[in-house]
Amino acid sequence: MQNAKQDQSTKLKLVLAWGFVGIPLAWGVTQTIANAMKLFQ
Amino acid sequence: MPSFAFLDRSRTVAKPGFSRWMVPPAALCIHLCIGQAYALSVFNLPMTKLIGITESTPGDWKLTDLGWIFSLAMFFLGTSAAVFGRWVEEGGPRRAMFTAGLCWAGGFLLSAVGVYAHHLWLIYLGYGVLGGCGLGIGYISPVSTLIKWFPDRPGMATGMAIMGFGGGAFIASPLSVWLMGKFTTPTHIGVAETFVIMGCIYFVFMMVGAAIVRVPPPGWQPAGYTPPREAQRLITKNDVYVYDALKTPQFWLIWWVLCLNVTAGIGVLGQASAMSQEMFPGHVTPVAAAGFVGLLSLFNMMGRFFWASTSDVIGRKNTYFCFFVIGTVLYCLVPWTGSTGSVAFFVLCFVVIISMYGGGFSTVPAYLKDMFGTRYVGAIHGMLLTAWSAAGIFGPVLVNYIREYQIEHGIPKTQAYNTTMYIMAALLVIGFICNFMIKAVHARHHMKGDEAERAVARVGAVGRPAGA
Repeated sequence: MQNAKQDQSTKLKLVLAWGFVGIPLAWGVTQTIANAMKLFQ
Repeated sequence: MPSFAFLDRSRTVAKPGFSRWMVPPAALCIHLCIGQAYALSVFNLPMTKLIGITESTPGDWKLTDLGWIFSLAMFFLGTSAAVFGRWVEEGGPRRAMFTAGLCWAGGFLLSAVGVYAHHLWLIYLGYGVLGGCGLGIGYISPVSTLIKWFPDRPGMATGMAIMGFGGGAFIASPLSVWLMGKFTTPTHIGVAETFVIMGCIYFVFMMVGAAIVRVPPPGWQPAGYTPPREAQRLITKNDVYVYDALKTPQFWLIWWVLCLNVTAGIGVLGQASAMSQEMFPGHVTPVAAAGFVGLLSLFNMMGRFFWASTSDVIGRKNTYFCFFVIGTVLYCLVPWTGSTGSVAFFVLCFVVIISMYGGGFSTVPAYLKDMFGTRYVGAIHGMLLTAWSAAGIFGPVLVNYIREYQIEHGIPKTQAYNTTMYIMAALLVIGFICNFMIKAVHARHHMKGDEAERAVARVGAVGRPAGA
């Protein structure tokens, strides 16, 4: 029971940590790709 | 006196149940922030019009003066990484990340004061010196921790962090433009406010990284991982003391390998926009050239992860062989793409070249770990970054001066880069030879048993509060 709780807590921490860095990075990459597309227009 | 005991290495040892996949986001918190350095140029034009607002006036700063901010930051990146490398290694990742956060955010705040008071020397001191130290300490802070958490995939782990350095500009560039737009009025350009806000954001981000980073307990191994019983030919099981590494030919050969690989890429990265327009006049517009630069940055970032992960499979030496062989062929092909007017092939050549430029940065920590062991890999990596500083001077100088020389001697602009491309290819051939000469480190440089124990004790002791 306690192991299952710890597992869930670890998963939540992982989602939060990766989201914290992943969301801004994904936003920046999207912006860059949008700009890079001008090369092919 | 405030207590900084929470920064101690002993306070960062992971408890049972901690997932090692929490460490790459901690590292990314640092590298995504300091990667802003690649986007500093977005402030250049606004900072030349702080007094004149719509156009530069005689009292405004010149672009040539502003260029020194980046150069200073790069110089202090290399210097601080070399000088503070051992301190970073022995004090632990949290102390290093915390210090890097203070320096980096402090550099922004001091620069904001410099912009507000219109004192350029304050920006040199803030972003250049203080921020540069934040760059150097921050860059090496998670390297050895990641390698220790991922002994099965050290290349991939460090590649993820160093990919963040390449990706930091993607966030910083649009964010800076957006913030400056918010604070700019008809009588004022919002650079100082942007610096303040970015400094605060970066401080929070880097503190989160420092809070969540953990070091593995002694003797920890990932589940299901069996370390090889005997050392492989180019992967040592021994450690080399940080200053002893400097006495080995391997360190200097890898120094040249990195320096030559970076020299070949950095000059092109800085001149990509102008080069694409000059080689294809009428075909590549300034807007398209900006898109080309964006595409190069993207491949620079992706190459960091791709090549470092690949090196876990094919080995570090073979990965660098790939860089040097493929790079030489592609550099020799670039003049041909210009003469045939093939923009698509030109772009293809350079995205691959730039991916290998990024790959050179991200593969080198694992290469050092293979050569010198894990104990002082962060500190040794710090000293190796002087190769980056040197390449930062060689690369742009080679590209710019050879182009000038060619144009002065009547070569058309469309062909002014041809000689440079062949010189870059020649540099990569030298890099190939240096890489070829790298052999395993001689046993006389390995730390002996009691020496290794003393080092462990020192690592454990550094940073503990007095009397603890």
